[in-house]
Amino acid sequence: MTASDTAPLMIRMEAVDKHFGQLHVLKDVNLQVPKGQVVVVLGPSGSGKSTLCRAINRLEPIDSGVIEIDGKPLPAEGKELARLRAEVGMVFQSFNLFAHKTIAENVLLAPVKVRKQPVAEARKTAMELLERVGIANQAQKYPAQLSGGQQQRAAIARALAMRPKVMLFDEPTSALDPEMVQEVLDVMTTLASEGMTMLVVTHEMGFARKAANRVIFMSDGEIVEDSAPDEFFTAPKSGRAKDFLGKILTH
Amino acid sequence: MDVIFDNFSLYRDGFLQTLRICALAVIGSLILGTVIAGFRVSPVPPLRWVGTSWVNVFRNCPLTVVLFFCAFGLPEIGVNGAYFWFGITGLVLYTSAFVCEAIRSGINSVPPGQAEAARAVGLTFGQSLSTVVLPQALRTVVPPLGSVLIAMIKNSAIVGAFGVGGDLFAVGDTLTSARGEAALPVLIGVVLGYLLITIPAGVLLGWLERKVAIAR
Repeated sequence: MTASDTAPLMIRMEAVDKHFGQLHVLKDVNLQVPKGQVVVVLGPSGSGKSTLCRAINRLEPIDSGVIEIDGKPLPAEGKELARLRAEVGMVFQSFNLFAHKTIAENVLLAPVKVRKQPVAEARKTAMELLERVGIANQAQKYPAQLSGGQQQRAAIARALAMRPKVMLFDEPTSALDPEMVQEVLDVMTTLASEGMTMLVVTHEMGFARKAANRVIFMSDGEIVEDSAPDEFFTAPKSGRAKDFLGKILTH
Repeated sequence: MDVIFDNFSLYRDGFLQTLRICALAVIGSLILGTVIAGFRVSPVPPLRWVGTSWVNVFRNCPLTVVLFFCAFGLPEIGVNGAYFWFGITGLVLYTSAFVCEAIRSGINSVPPGQAEAARAVGLTFGQSLSTVVLPQALRTVVPPLGSVLIAMIKNSAIVGAFGVGGDLFAVGDTLTSARGEAALPVLIGVVLGYLLITIPAGVLLGWLERKVAIAR
């Protein structure tokens, strides 16, 4: 696909297992994402794809196995983990912008608090990022005053402000009204074309075809398929993937 | 009612002593209660255990017993000091458990996504609590916290009885028991003194509630 076959690994998961009570949500998951690669994770709801995404920055702790970011294993809870999370951008389905802070403050909070940047400098960077995602004119508003699409673009800017090595997207467009999906996908597509390493959990097949280097298909907590987008959409190997594609591509 | 005016300076000193006890105990219990609430929601299990035990002990013991421990128990284990500070300590320990629970309910009212996003951008647990979660918890915390603090102001009367002395309630005691004044007018004076603290406190809390409510 790309030069990424020889690039060093950004994400490595080995033999990862996780349970929610009786439910085995991640079953012996092995995944390697080289630097610069854009990976789309597909699968029916309840297949464990969100958990996979959230496990990578330890928002969900795992039961067993190894997760490494850029060659370093995930530390346990504490300052080390906070430092690692600062380098991993995360975008949530429900945006999760800080409700009591303006859009600009949302973007500059972590650079100031975590990276100890001077406020003026962080504000300048924040405005540049908001410009880049097309909502610089909303900077002084509070999250609740913005549309869903604008909030999600602000959330992407907030993650980018930390200059992350890798970006995780957990169903970034699933909570959006249909007319706002494209504006968020456009920002993500641009990001992908600039060489950002991305892991995207989504139901947007158009994005998967256009921007992804690779498609992971999950079902019942397992990675069932791992292939190039064209290959996955035109010739899925497993029955479960065929069944899934049959359900979503007919309408 | 002449007794109130005849002993005005006694009442005034009692009022000021009660105010002093309350001000110190409010500050102490707010700080301690917030720290214990932080323990109770911490990702570190031993801290959670300490927080839970703290609340279980101090919320479930009568204030009088806690004060007995402070005033008479602490000197036995070699802690020496003025009864005034033992009394304040007891009131702070007892009230901190209630403050903790009021703050924890506020923390729980903040959507979990807020704390997740804070952690995801690299804030430590303490930073996420102080810059993201607690400011948003404040608006739901003010009414229950107000009730806790007003109850504490009233509890300060018990503190006065533990050798601290000189507070409003002690003034009432002095006038009725030692000087044999009629109880009713004396106590009316005492009640007025407490209302002079609690009613403005309620007004202040109402104002604070409206102020933090629009801070969105």
